[in-house]
Amino acid sequence: MNIGYMYSLIAVIVLFLLAYIGVYFPGGEVFFGIIIPYLAITIFVLGFINRVIDWARSPVPFRIPTTCGQQKTLPWIKPASIDNPSTTGGVIVRMILEVVFLRSLFRNTKCELKTGTKISYEWEKWLWLFSLAFHWSFFTVLFRHLRFFTEPVPGCVELVAKLDGFLQIGLPELRISGVALLAAVTLLFLRRIWIPQVKYISLGSDYFPLFLIFGIAFTGILMRYFTKVDIVGVKAFTMGLVIFKPHITKGVGSIFYVHLFFVSVLLAYFPFSKLMHLGGIFMSPTRNLANNSRVKRHVNPWNYPVKVHSYGAYEDEFREKMIEAGLPVEKMIAPETPEEPEEKE
Amino acid sequence: MSELPEPNELFTNIDSKPSQTGWMDTPVEIRKGVACYAGNPKSLEYVNLPNARLWSCFDEDWQLPENWKEIISKGFRERLDRFRSVKVFMDICVRCGACADKCHFFIGSGDPKNMPVLRAELLRSVYRNDFTTAGKIIGSLGKNFKKVIGARELDLQVLKEWWYYLFQCSECRRCSVFCPYGIDTAEITIMGRELLNLIGLNIDWIATPVANCYRTGNHLGIQPHAYKDMMDFFADDIEEITGVKVEPSFNRKGAEILFITPSGDVFADPGTFTCMGYMMLFHYLQEKYGFDITWSTYASEGGNFGFFTSHEMMKRLNSKMYAEAKRLGVKWILGGECGHMWRVIHQYMDTMNGPADFLEEPVSPITGTKFENAKSTKMVHIAEFTADLIKHNKLELDVSRNDHLKVTFHDSCNPARGMGLLEEPRYVIKNVCNNFYEMPANTIREQTFCCGSGSGLNAGENMELRMQGGLPRANAVKYVHEKHGVNMLSCICAIDRAVFPASMEYWVPEVDVTGLHELVANALILPGEKKRTTDLRSEPLPGMEDDDAE
Repeated sequence: MNIGYMYSLIAVIVLFLLAYIGVYFPGGEVFFGIIIPYLAITIFVLGFINRVIDWARSPVPFRIPTTCGQQKTLPWIKPASIDNPSTTGGVIVRMILEVVFLRSLFRNTKCELKTGTKISYEWEKWLWLFSLAFHWSFFTVLFRHLRFFTEPVPGCVELVAKLDGFLQIGLPELRISGVALLAAVTLLFLRRIWIPQVKYISLGSDYFPLFLIFGIAFTGILMRYFTKVDIVGVKAFTMGLVIFKPHITKGVGSIFYVHLFFVSVLLAYFPFSKLMHLGGIFMSPTRNLANNSRVKRHVNPWNYPVKVHSYGAYEDEFREKMIEAGLPVEKMIAPETPEEPEEKE
Repeated sequence: MSELPEPNELFTNIDSKPSQTGWMDTPVEIRKGVACYAGNPKSLEYVNLPNARLWSCFDEDWQLPENWKEIISKGFRERLDRFRSVKVFMDICVRCGACADKCHFFIGSGDPKNMPVLRAELLRSVYRNDFTTAGKIIGSLGKNFKKVIGARELDLQVLKEWWYYLFQCSECRRCSVFCPYGIDTAEITIMGRELLNLIGLNIDWIATPVANCYRTGNHLGIQPHAYKDMMDFFADDIEEITGVKVEPSFNRKGAEILFITPSGDVFADPGTFTCMGYMMLFHYLQEKYGFDITWSTYASEGGNFGFFTSHEMMKRLNSKMYAEAKRLGVKWILGGECGHMWRVIHQYMDTMNGPADFLEEPVSPITGTKFENAKSTKMVHIAEFTADLIKHNKLELDVSRNDHLKVTFHDSCNPARGMGLLEEPRYVIKNVCNNFYEMPANTIREQTFCCGSGSGLNAGENMELRMQGGLPRANAVKYVHEKHGVNMLSCICAIDRAVFPASMEYWVPEVDVTGLHELVANALILPGEKKRTTDLRSEPLPGMEDDDAE
């Protein structure tokens, strides 16, 4: 059995039970509803900032963009100004494409060895598609949730919620993003266990956030469509958190606390995990630098002098041979005392 | 050297399905034919690298310093603090696997630890254990917990695994093109090799060239008089073929331009023909336009094996370029065809050894073109230079002299992914050859495959590894060979020229290897030349062999 996903699955089940049962204990609602969420958000914010500062403390000594297109050289050669940007503007567009549309993942190919010593490379869009679906739906879900944390609810949040429900199926109407998130997380998980190489490299810390996010989406969907959670009560509770006058609303049900607890765990786990790729992508020196290192000098703050083999030392070793071969030298050999170095000319 | 399997056997033996046992539980098995020999202690001593001694990777005891763990740990910390790339790349990988089948060594060997992600995890696992809070806390719960978060302690087995797999990466950066965060395994390998060098773990194919380069100016250890001898020999060949005597100058003060190219071109076929190509081009330009260029025996190496050792060693070797340019008082530097040499020049040189304020912004004395893209570093790639000449119609060419060739072009990893030099060489080739065919799109330009032996791995004892790593490139060549009858693989890298003959011989025996400027010189009509009956290789030119020259 793969201990990677077993441990992670067990961890998420334990977390579920903790919250599900925990709220029935005295003080459980306050603990899971107020203390944990505040603690989690604090860990998230401070941890995130701390991690980014820690990265920023290490300098970028060399300009090392991965160039994925033609450089800017001669005026009649068209440069790839986005995939190989030479300007800050180009870098910004490159980063936007990378962050919003997962540009590099879009290039993904699948290599296959065929009979007759043939190799083929096919465009492999599934990883890109699943990842895009995952990130976009997660973002939409998060954005929609702003309605629980704002009063009055901004128009754009209402609009996104409306667009999200444009299929108008059922009551309450189906929000596509939630279902898409659940599906994408599931597909990303299945991919991890189906593709042998990906399974081989996967760690528990790869499965854990997937299970956790699955749990979040699942409990969310459960509340909205099945247990029909008391939305007004929930909003009163979340607004209490926002305006720092937290109070417990009775009767929102323990699934809600599980949902909240899962989110809290995800937030607190975030800064210490691979999920920090959210911040890291912006600091990746192979993506966020312009390819202009021959145009503009890039300074390395810790550049230090090194021991070199000078021309003088080189000539000293080979002078005789050089003279014999007719190569110019700096110092001629004095005829009487060939051992002693000559005065500098 | 171990027996190299037949190509078919090697291909069918590739099993890319990893075993059921996890990678952390699979101890490293150092194999003959894959691993390289250890660095010669004399070479290490010459450049003051630590722990110089005779040792072998096949021995149980690697004769490490007693406190090696401490040295590595301290070195790791230092590098985390010096390189944001390392720190970020240690932290943010999500193991999506997009990089896995992008590595030529993985494709050709099927060894899961050659997946870029796993190569990096070899180091990351130790990083998590030693340098992260989460790793320390969760790791303290027990061994299984360590494994779940991918942490492990550094022990001798792990160290050996590092050494084995960090010398199975050619720092080609192909994985970094596909990584959604741009994680660059080259950075990780560079850093890992730096760490290994701290305790004297190196390979001889890197250590000895480094020492040679430091002493004689070039990695082959050619001394100045011998360097000139070889060039004289080429001049004789050129005279025999064209009837024109070319006279390159060396170490000449007051020349306008300094030319630096990898020494491999002076030493071994087919690079030598590229070298002859440079000599003929410069002679042509001198005769026609008064071009004023000098070679140097002191800075007689473009390639930089220091780059495969440590950032410091790279700087030490690279320093000669600017030092020599300054001593000779040239205006700017022209660089020959080489792969990693150009990554070093393009992305590192100015930062390490600049500013080159004693040089002038490069201007082609023939066309007047300002190379604004090189205005700080003051070094121009010869493909840029020649493309500009052709664009301005400055070269008289007889393209038919390359008609017997069906040419394809291999983008060298570093100029492609560490610079973006893609169109210039193609423009040159298309103007000097009538038959040019591209390999499939997924194997060229920024997606180009390594020759299989880059970054110092072109030794003789690791031939199996080299043929594995060379497979994806060779396979694409085979494709155009079968489809279009391609018989010549052109490239702009001295390591390519050194290793492709072996890999073509093995995988696609009908295809030969050439540098860009060999093709240029074949077509170039030198002033006063006799009718050529052979190409630069002294092989008869079809259709011209029966005519009597003159």
